[in-house]
Amino acid sequence: MTTVRFLGIGEPQPKRSIRLPLKLVSYMQATPLTLILAAFLLLPLLMIVTVSFWDYDFAQMYPDFVTFNYTETLGSWVTWKTYLNTLKFAFLVWVITLFIGFWVAYFLAFHIRTAAMQMVLFLVCTVPFLTSNIIRMISWIPVLGRNGLINSGLVNSGLVSQPVEWLLYSDFAVVLAMVHLYTLFMVTPIFNTLMRIDKSLVEAARDAGASSLQVLTNVILPLAKPGMAIGTIFVVTLVMADFSTVQVMSGGQSASVALMMKNQMSLLQYPAAAANAVVLLVLVLLMVAGILRIVDIRKEL
Amino acid sequence: MTKAAEIDIASVSKVYGTTTAVHSISLKIPAGSYCCLLGPSGCGKTTTLRMIAGHETITTGDVLLGNKNVTDLAPAERGTAMMFQSYALFPHLDLVDNVAFSLKMKGIDKETRRAKAMEMLKLMQLEAYASRRPAQLSGGQQQRVALARALITDPEALLLDEPLSALDPFLKVRMRAELKKLQTSLGITFVHVTHSQEEAMALADIVVVMNDGRIEQAAPPRTVFERPATAFVARFMGDHNVISGRVTDKDDTSLTLAVAAGASFSAPADTVEIGQPVDIAIRTDRVTVGAETAAGYGFTGTISNIEYRGSSVKLAVSGAGIEDFTAILSDKVFFAQPVKIGEAIQLSWNAEDVIVLGRPH
Repeated sequence: MTTVRFLGIGEPQPKRSIRLPLKLVSYMQATPLTLILAAFLLLPLLMIVTVSFWDYDFAQMYPDFVTFNYTETLGSWVTWKTYLNTLKFAFLVWVITLFIGFWVAYFLAFHIRTAAMQMVLFLVCTVPFLTSNIIRMISWIPVLGRNGLINSGLVNSGLVSQPVEWLLYSDFAVVLAMVHLYTLFMVTPIFNTLMRIDKSLVEAARDAGASSLQVLTNVILPLAKPGMAIGTIFVVTLVMADFSTVQVMSGGQSASVALMMKNQMSLLQYPAAAANAVVLLVLVLLMVAGILRIVDIRKEL
Repeated sequence: MTKAAEIDIASVSKVYGTTTAVHSISLKIPAGSYCCLLGPSGCGKTTTLRMIAGHETITTGDVLLGNKNVTDLAPAERGTAMMFQSYALFPHLDLVDNVAFSLKMKGIDKETRRAKAMEMLKLMQLEAYASRRPAQLSGGQQQRVALARALITDPEALLLDEPLSALDPFLKVRMRAELKKLQTSLGITFVHVTHSQEEAMALADIVVVMNDGRIEQAAPPRTVFERPATAFVARFMGDHNVISGRVTDKDDTSLTLAVAAGASFSAPADTVEIGQPVDIAIRTDRVTVGAETAAGYGFTGTISNIEYRGSSVKLAVSGAGIEDFTAILSDKVFFAQPVKIGEAIQLSWNAEDVIVLGRPH
């Protein structure tokens, strides 16, 4: 007599579970992101910091520990002027995008009644972003140029006898293009904050006798601050790191820190560019820290 | 301390597009009284309150506060103050600034307004929390801040939109008592929106029962409970059995109605004509079990459910064409002769406990 044993039939075996200490599990869960950030953020940063202390000549870099990259960068009046110019752009663009961004968000959040319409209009705001940054920037040239739309319109209507020169290849053009590129980064966080404001707060303020202006200054603006801060961080960091807009729209007549770095790199002065990058990074981090000190954005995240 | 104002609502309607939220209601709320607008959600009670407050435009009709027509005035110009359902405290301001908000809007200087706000917070026993933000307070404390903020404007009438709905049951009862005490001591008119008949009866001098944008009954709570005007009021107030039927016979002292399934009941005389539909109500606690039935004042039914409630026992009975008839017996009476589910019992009531209900107009 034979007995047949079927595999897998019979008493179910208790499943072996691998038990890891809880602490280890949490570390393992955090590992992938840590690795990605380490490989793509921390490591390059470390390399830049390292390289910024190296020596170089016209063709090569030499591992070393020298500080003249920094002393040259910080000691040159060109650097200071460039930084001031970049900060000027950052300030102008910030003020204008904040103003436009707030009112667009305010209109979307408080004057559009249905949620569906709000979403539609918000998506309309994002439509220009379906094309690339560069294209959107370059498309200003036929509008602002010497024989562009605006100038030919002005000349043909007889308002001016000669084309207006400062429309293109000027600081005006740079700021205009940057405002165009970055306003949405201001609209989105402010819109998000405004949407969370309980509408009954506005009614409560009205009940207490507040005029429309008082509602705005006493209730809506203070509550919109976190969104404004987040938008500010976006815009300021983007403008501080911008080189293509400055180069294209100023026609090479204006400088920014990132543009300076780009030029240094094209001259193979990598250590100098790295030192510049470190200085810029520190400056931007200080600005962000300053914003975070003024406004508490934690509840928005 | 403050002058109270009579609120006179004169055929006020509210129309949103094609839907009418409030159908031409008229109501007089005497000065210094506590009025509860009571009804299920969507009955127009909050819309009515918001129209008194000025947060909702009035489609037709007028609202008078005291002798002043306030129909077209801004909320703050009316002499009313509103307390919002979720309290609507300003999250970015501490308690003092929250309470002092309306004074700040008037342009009163910082010292004066903060001192006055502190006084108000003291009245609400919140001075210890003056520098906190609303989010750091419990629900009951937030409610007291909202009250302080509303009362600092010295209103002639305080309008409360479901003020107790966000609180847990225990706190609800406590805050209810505080509201009543506050109203008595201030002497101003309170208009309080609620969907809880218990709350309305505990607080109100006048209960206004609303349904579908109309006022079903406006009367002191005892009248509303003992003489409900319509079947809706009787059902909404609870503790009433409503029997619907058609009048088959009437004389000078009584009328007879027949329910759809055939049983007949008697009721006191009314103006309804023979053949017309009519509703009668019988209080659930006025029903007796097992006694002899006078013709038309009782029926025999089967017990479908028994609920023990401590001091009383609730019997659900069906029979004689009535689906769900409730009888509430005191525990003493019930346990003297206990009955079981499925048993047939004899229910009866006295002629004077039958109320003939009107039809909504």
